[in-house]
Amino acid sequence: METKNFKVVNQRVKKIDALGMACGKAEFTDDVHIEGLLHGKILWSPYAHARIKKIDASDAVEIPGVKAVLTYKDVPRVPHTTAGQGYPEPSPYDTFVLDNKVRYVGDRVAAVAAETIEAAQEAVSKIKVEYELLPAVFDPLEAMKNGAPVIHDEEDSKNIPDAKRNIAAKFDFKVINGEWFKEADFVIEQTYRMPYIQHCAIEPHICIVYFDANGRLVIRTATQVPFHVRRIVAQSLNLPVKKIRVIKPRIGGGFGSKQEIVLEDICAALALKTGKPVKIEYTRKETFVSSRTRHPSVVRLKTGVKKDGTITDAEMEVILNTGAYGSHALTVMMCSGSHTLPMYRIKNNIKFLGKSVYTNMPVAGAFRGYGATQGFFAWESQMDIMAEKIGMDPLEFRKRNYIKSGEGSPVFKAMGEGREGVEQLITSTGLSEAIQEGLKRIKWHEKTEEYKNQAGRVKRGLGMACMMQGSGIPEIDMASATIKMNEDGSFNLLIGATDLGTGSDTILAQIAAEVLGVETQDIIVYSSDTDLTPFDVGAYASSTTFVSGGAVKKAAEKAKDMVLEVAAKILDEKKENLFLENKKVVSKSGVSCSLAEVANTSLYYYNQHQITASASHSGRTSPPPFAAHFAEIEVDTETGRIKVIDYVSCVDCGTAINPSLAEGQNDGAVLQGIGHCLVEEMEFSANGTPLNANFRRYKILNTADTPPIKSVLIPTYEPDGPFGAKSISEIGINGPAPAIANAIYNAVGIRLYSTPFTPDKVLAEIKKRMKK
Amino acid sequence: MSVKKRSEKLKTINGFFEIQLKINGEAKNLKVKSNEFLLDALRRCGWRGAKKGCDTGDCGSCAVLMNGKAVLSCLTPAVKAHIADITTIEGMGTFEKPHPIQEAFVETGAVQCGFCIPGMILSAKDLLDRNPEPDEDMIKHALDGNLCRCTGYVKQIEAVKLAAKRLKSDKVIR
Repeated sequence: METKNFKVVNQRVKKIDALGMACGKAEFTDDVHIEGLLHGKILWSPYAHARIKKIDASDAVEIPGVKAVLTYKDVPRVPHTTAGQGYPEPSPYDTFVLDNKVRYVGDRVAAVAAETIEAAQEAVSKIKVEYELLPAVFDPLEAMKNGAPVIHDEEDSKNIPDAKRNIAAKFDFKVINGEWFKEADFVIEQTYRMPYIQHCAIEPHICIVYFDANGRLVIRTATQVPFHVRRIVAQSLNLPVKKIRVIKPRIGGGFGSKQEIVLEDICAALALKTGKPVKIEYTRKETFVSSRTRHPSVVRLKTGVKKDGTITDAEMEVILNTGAYGSHALTVMMCSGSHTLPMYRIKNNIKFLGKSVYTNMPVAGAFRGYGATQGFFAWESQMDIMAEKIGMDPLEFRKRNYIKSGEGSPVFKAMGEGREGVEQLITSTGLSEAIQEGLKRIKWHEKTEEYKNQAGRVKRGLGMACMMQGSGIPEIDMASATIKMNEDGSFNLLIGATDLGTGSDTILAQIAAEVLGVETQDIIVYSSDTDLTPFDVGAYASSTTFVSGGAVKKAAEKAKDMVLEVAAKILDEKKENLFLENKKVVSKSGVSCSLAEVANTSLYYYNQHQITASASHSGRTSPPPFAAHFAEIEVDTETGRIKVIDYVSCVDCGTAINPSLAEGQNDGAVLQGIGHCLVEEMEFSANGTPLNANFRRYKILNTADTPPIKSVLIPTYEPDGPFGAKSISEIGINGPAPAIANAIYNAVGIRLYSTPFTPDKVLAEIKKRMKK
Repeated sequence: MSVKKRSEKLKTINGFFEIQLKINGEAKNLKVKSNEFLLDALRRCGWRGAKKGCDTGDCGSCAVLMNGKAVLSCLTPAVKAHIADITTIEGMGTFEKPHPIQEAFVETGAVQCGFCIPGMILSAKDLLDRNPEPDEDMIKHALDGNLCRCTGYVKQIEAVKLAAKRLKSDKVIR
């Protein structure tokens, strides 16, 4: 095991780009002036399902300032997926830049570029479209029935498993060890639901496409996946990859919605058509409706349990609503099982049945938690139900069953992301410590006593949940890094990794600095530019710390070796006797030289060369971070209002490369999760029109709504991670729904099976219970 | 400030109004459209620190100070800024000399993606100018119009507390 006496790693180093942001200097996509920039606007479908019979843009092009109108007749017809995933993507190729069919309210119909936004908007309103309305379907269960409207009836889409039944993805998996539920004393079957939820990154989707001096296309875009953007735009517009450069400037949050080619293709098509730079900036409403959402879910869980606390069998059926297109349809569905089923030992039989289903609704995609959020709401609610049934303390029940260090699960191998997974054993876990710490901080035992016999209108309760996630996608995610040395002993770190606000630029600099014996500020980070930085799949699947961090560590070690090589000559010492410390190369004999001396020697004097190294890394495994969440809530039995009084989230993240940033990731994930389970839900009219596509009617929690949230990092050491680290950007979002559902049950004896836990649902359940 | 009274009629040049105002302490004349909002005018003229998160006054990332008070620049007609004193995030501090609130946000780890931060810092400035010793509820109330989806607000509230402490001790030293 490596030394744990870290100098830079595991320190609360200031985020390297934070001051620029706090001073308003950080450049987001829209924070540049580009001469002659045209504004793009898109005509959205007003219908949930229709064929375009006739489209006439002749009036639109006449409007002064309008430079281009694109319909499906003007763009290449190449089936592709908008999911920014590793190639070949496991999502069906069911999307076209523009099509002669629309599949949801908010689908693309046509696009306009004009000198002003006003002209572009006017032109959009002047495009005459004759639609043939088709019957629409909004519910995934209805959509699978015989006779339901077929949403993808086109012949050129690819990899749709059953287009006639609207099935965008399916996956089944079984472990059979005898008769089902034979040993079980109790069999419990429940169905859990989550609705349409949007990411609500504060920066809306935005993209600017311009031409460089050599006529190459430069795509400046708010993306989590610059290299996938380059590949998919090239594919969908029939362009060579070498013609495209993608630059990700600072981006204002993503949470998965920007792991997607949402508008880069159409913006590029407008630029190509006009020969001019074009910007498309989504409004908040467009971001809600026409970017991506979480997959609404129906999770049926049937589990058998013995009185001694053994979970005998588990059958998990997951039906996801993928909306009009199958972006991430297979992988989100698989992760709802692959991240939850290994959590507890299941003695005999395991079955997973998964389907993602097309409907005439907004397109679901990647969203922090990626299926595990939907899965853990079901599993962790069910764990409490089972514990109660057998009369066992829910904590004791979990402790008896959760996966421990050295243990594996057949699920790891059977279920990967879109294909078979990777066999792995747990090599680090702090779950037991996380539970202990959480119990203490929330005062579980004292409060459980205190709340035993409550009178009055307002009742308090406690609930908890355990969870895991992964650290990148093993043997699929790949990251690389290049390091080069400058005269003053500083280093450039060039990385494809994509900082979407997570602080990855900072923690990757810390990893490099730790290896090279310098401070974080001696590492100059440049990331996410397909021309200048090496490949990285991008920021998703909790991969950056673990996978990109691995690449940076390797590259830094190579560069270190080159530094020592030169220093050995300067100091006339053996390389093996040298080490790096405080910007110096020091020998065991006591002599030393500065890194600046090394750099100058290599650049100007001796065996002249640039000290530079590149390395790539792909995770062999995906070590799960673990967490235990604890919620104290209060239920107003007259209004049905739930108030979170206290929330403690203890997370095992291996070595926290930067504890402040790790806590920040977890705080944010937890609050999003609390928002999901208390208030967040996109609403639609009977014909599929979104009703609350703004922050006034779709509530995300603000400071005044925010309960005390405490993130506690539980240090462990993951041998496969850089300096012992695991990734934790997603895991925190999986806890609030089940922890709060369990707390509500604890307070008033009602169980809610669908989020959000709105006052009307709570009241209805309280009334039902009183009648009994 | 050498600007005239608000009541005087605004000059129009080619359909633009010329407003006179102070931005970050400097007197400026800006040509703005009658239907233009302050956010768009500021960004068009190079003050891009204020951000557009919703354009409907719901997210607070466009907040600037108008005569010392935090306003939503996406809902403020640009002509309303005539003869006003505007502070944007660029006027709060610099890399070399950041404002204590900016420093506190950096130190506590309150900045993640940073998109909401300019508005949040200006709301904090408005609060601390009015009330140098706010309690947690007052901080939460003052920032409740600034949505952030990254941080859970935990470290931002901590940042405002730290800034209040620093500003107070700065005053004592002076």
